[in-house]
Amino acid sequence: MSVLVDDDTRVVVQGITGGEGKFHAEQMMEYGTNVVAGAVPGKGGQEAAGVPVYDTVHEAVEEENADTSVIFVPPAFAGDAVFESLDADLELAVAITEGIPTQDMARVNKRLTETDTRLVGPNCPGLITPGEAKLGILPGNIFSEGNVGLVSRSGTLTYQVVDNLTNRGIGQTTAIGIGGDPIIGTDFVDALELFENDDDTDAIVMCGEIGGEDEEEAAAFIDENVETPVAGFIAGRTAPPGKRMGHAGAIVSGSGTGTAESKISALNDAGVPVGDTPEEVADHIEEFLA
Amino acid sequence: MAMKLHEYQAKQVFADAGIPTPASALASDVDGAVAAAEEIGYPVAIKAQVQVGGRGKAGGIKLVDDQDEARDAASQILGMDLKGYHVDRVLVEEAVDFTNELYVGITMDRGEGKPVAMVSTKGGVNIEEVAEEDPDAIAREHIDPAFGMHPYQARKAVYDAGVDKSIANDVASVLTTLYDLWESRDGSDAEINPLMVTADDDVIAADAVMNIDEDALFRQPELAEMEEEAAGGDELEQKADEYGFDYVRLEGNVGIIGNGAGLVMTTLDLVDYYDGEPANFLDVGGGAKAARIANALDMVFSDDNVDAVVFNIFGGITRGDEVARGINEALEQFDEIPKPVVVRLAGTNWEEGMEILNEDLVTVEQTLEDAVERTVAYAAEVNE
Repeated sequence: MSVLVDDDTRVVVQGITGGEGKFHAEQMMEYGTNVVAGAVPGKGGQEAAGVPVYDTVHEAVEEENADTSVIFVPPAFAGDAVFESLDADLELAVAITEGIPTQDMARVNKRLTETDTRLVGPNCPGLITPGEAKLGILPGNIFSEGNVGLVSRSGTLTYQVVDNLTNRGIGQTTAIGIGGDPIIGTDFVDALELFENDDDTDAIVMCGEIGGEDEEEAAAFIDENVETPVAGFIAGRTAPPGKRMGHAGAIVSGSGTGTAESKISALNDAGVPVGDTPEEVADHIEEFLA
Repeated sequence: MAMKLHEYQAKQVFADAGIPTPASALASDVDGAVAAAEEIGYPVAIKAQVQVGGRGKAGGIKLVDDQDEARDAASQILGMDLKGYHVDRVLVEEAVDFTNELYVGITMDRGEGKPVAMVSTKGGVNIEEVAEEDPDAIAREHIDPAFGMHPYQARKAVYDAGVDKSIANDVASVLTTLYDLWESRDGSDAEINPLMVTADDDVIAADAVMNIDEDALFRQPELAEMEEEAAGGDELEQKADEYGFDYVRLEGNVGIIGNGAGLVMTTLDLVDYYDGEPANFLDVGGGAKAARIANALDMVFSDDNVDAVVFNIFGGITRGDEVARGINEALEQFDEIPKPVVVRLAGTNWEEGMEILNEDLVTVEQTLEDAVERTVAYAAEVNE
């Protein structure tokens, strides 16, 4: 089993005629993902990456029974693309796009409270259920089937930790990159809840980073609600306050909130060991599974 | 990331929207500053236009009562080094005779995913300190971004903060205008601290902060034009801007290049873990081609503090072969490699990358941990 994505997922790729959209639609299909359509305004009737393109997401739903979208639309139009997915009542929308204006995401965030669609991202690598399907840009070959759920704010850090796990023969149920922006759809708590309720997930890795208070909220949630053992990692211990470390969300504010220390101690208090290195995270998971 | 407007730019934006601001003029030389002071009438404040907090305490703001004082103050401030920033412009501004100082601001509450309007009667001091020591002194009102700020919300925030009834309507009006500006100009923060109250119960914006969401500059052409002027900071950070890298300069001697913010941060943390000191954060981003990789090495080499460089790439959309080509390209132009470079390649096309990489020029490690440990050792050797 897995969470959010499997080989039944029917995907429409928004922006499939663009360079990245086309390339990754093909990569997803090669991995086994059931990409059924593309949606690009004005390109309806064409074909891209071997699937039909529609002008709207609604048509892709009507004609091809798409239930999930993956969004590769440029930042200026990506907020609108998310709204379209929500309005088409999809089960899941995954926004890969980096650099969506924050105010656009605030409006999306408001809309999310009024619909049943789940959003993952934006500014994220997507998610993957090894051996079944991937939604997004993750390199499929480093993942392996197994019983560890992984949730992370950072793409390449996800790959690093997965690599540490896979090298030891530890596979994954599903890995979810939730994205590095200040306002995102699915957060740590949502992902932890999904893994907690997944029978095949026996251990969870949670990779956080400086900025915001999501990790602290996740720690409180784990303390109350999560039986599955969780190991953590927090990037940005050495980041100076007031300097943004790449991700729009990764900044320790002047008043001292969002620090690595605060996140690590909150997680430790909730019984979650936090590795000093990615290798140590794999050590903890190996112990959990022993 | 936010683009910060200078005080004089933010004040202009506020004034254009109808928020009362003191009479002022910008000057870039002493004579200009004195002329502006004469025109405005004493007393005036002479304020350094640099992007640092605590300008007053650092000697960057002076209140003057006559021409001689104005000349002295302008001579001292223009050309001074203020916390690492060269002052080349001053704002000469009418000194407001106030009876009270308030705070009003709009920002994005990332936890809630909503804008929040804030009002406090504790203006004129560092609001982050107020938030920490006396959080109840700041009234907060979350705004539904789909509707914008309702007029009642502005009034409620003002009443909740305990603002005097005689000026409540004026303050609410300033707050409403500030929200509209924040929204229409894609602000990340808009702030007036202090909002001064005069003996005649007028309110006037004595300082102005307006930070713009950089991701939205494409639809704010007027503000994007101000960016050139607002730019500042370290020479290397400016170079990084030109190359389009996410770059932060730090104090240590271990140069760090990688892809993806989380992994680069982790590399910094590992340098610290192995008792080294990071010299920088440099994220080449996703899908970097060879030329971009070469630029990244050029950046880090040009930092005199750097003694050794770790290059850690875990390819997703970034390809190992492109990275290897970029490293070769950057290093083959040197007769002698200026600083040792340790490379670790993993992920997409890493094997192709290893075949291409000229291993005479770099040290290769298989794991992140080994690569960092080796680089820290190289950097330590240089200092022996």
